[in-house]
Amino acid sequence: MKATFWQRLDLWARHLTPFGLTLTFVILSVVPMHVPGFARVAPLLALMAVYHWSVFYPRLLPVYAVFVIGILQDCLAGTALGVNALVLLVAFGIVLSQRRYLIGKSFFIVWLGFAIVAALAMAAGWALISVFSVTFVDGQALVFQYLVTLGLYPVICWFFLRWQQAFLSTE
Amino acid sequence: MKERPRQIFRVEAPIRTLAQRFVYLGLVAAAFALMLLGKADVLLVDRMRAHVTDAVAPILDFASRPVASAKEIVGEVHAIVALKSENDRLREDRARLLQWQAVARRLESENQALKGLLNFKPGPEASFLSARVIADAGGAFAHSIVLNIGERDGVENGQAVVTGEGLVGRVAIVGARSVRVLLITDLNSRIPVLVESTRTRAILAGNNTDQPRLIHLPPNARMPRGDRIVTSGHAGVFPPGIPIGVIAGVGDGGITVQPFAKRDALEYVRIVDYKLDGILRQPKKTHRERGTGR
Repeated sequence: MKATFWQRLDLWARHLTPFGLTLTFVILSVVPMHVPGFARVAPLLALMAVYHWSVFYPRLLPVYAVFVIGILQDCLAGTALGVNALVLLVAFGIVLSQRRYLIGKSFFIVWLGFAIVAALAMAAGWALISVFSVTFVDGQALVFQYLVTLGLYPVICWFFLRWQQAFLSTE
Repeated sequence: MKERPRQIFRVEAPIRTLAQRFVYLGLVAAAFALMLLGKADVLLVDRMRAHVTDAVAPILDFASRPVASAKEIVGEVHAIVALKSENDRLREDRARLLQWQAVARRLESENQALKGLLNFKPGPEASFLSARVIADAGGAFAHSIVLNIGERDGVENGQAVVTGEGLVGRVAIVGARSVRVLLITDLNSRIPVLVESTRTRAILAGNNTDQPRLIHLPPNARMPRGDRIVTSGHAGVFPPGIPIGVIAGVGDGGITVQPFAKRDALEYVRIVDYKLDGILRQPKKTHRERGTGR
């Protein structure tokens, strides 16, 4: 009886880690890095995390968790409330509807999928901000941000896959 | 990927997906509603943002320290490597600055004498608060930083945030233990400025890039590249004369300004209270004032 309780608690804690990791990424993304020019092209860590978990473990990152992550990001980053939430929800929606094309494929397909999803989600974010502030926001930084995010995805993906092997594959 | 059959999944699959779709669309609608709410009731959304930032501030404070230490170590190594050239440069600087010091002394005494003649009344003394930058949120969407002090330290909305180099931004949202600073490069930042040499008035408008633009210039205004831009003091939020930057480019895209304050180097900043009343007080305040006024 005791063992099963601890086992359940253990499993529950493990299942919470995708959400926890994504929250940590959101906080990490606003920590000042003191690297010249970095703040402008900082990678969208939360987008990577949401993409990754919704491809590999959508059950562990439910849609309301994505919403909460987006709102937290909005609050911390100072963007208009709801913008990042929408960006992440768009990414989440695209991945869930196209998941069968991504699952079980090689890493490059997953990466390509991320390239497309991130492009669409960031374009949606850009459009939202532009409409919200009734002006054309400069897209140059966004393009660099996209490239940095894309380039960093293999590293993050490797980390998450190791994490999955270590903590989530015992199910 | 194998899904293990579980008891919770006995619910019919189509109903599940339908319900999920409803939740998804509901949340998308909620996000839109929040955006509209942010337009309609800025105070409410700002307060909510302040609460969330307050809650995360201790974590941010903790997380930003290792990075700051790493930066310090790198800085030390750089300093040791560049010791010789730095020394030469400083020698030159010192020689030059000594001349300037002589000029400044002479001007100061002259200024004092003239003020005495004019019966000049000095403005109220400014007071300072120092704070550490614990979050730097950038990217294409917004430019703001979060500081580790708050309302209980006496920070108020609208106060100027400066470094030794120049203006960084202004206090935009005050929480109990965190303060959000709207940088001068943010899309929503508008600051009345002067071109120092020609005294031409303009508005410095942020556009989410590193170089804000000058707008609302008088026609045929002369804008020499490299001229200093300072606050003009109009609108009563900032006092006149805080250095901001230099004119970096004059072209078809408008006149861009390169700010003095380096964003990546922001670690400690000063919040300056000039005792000015340009920013509209929040309703909470007026209520209290009314309460004490009786």
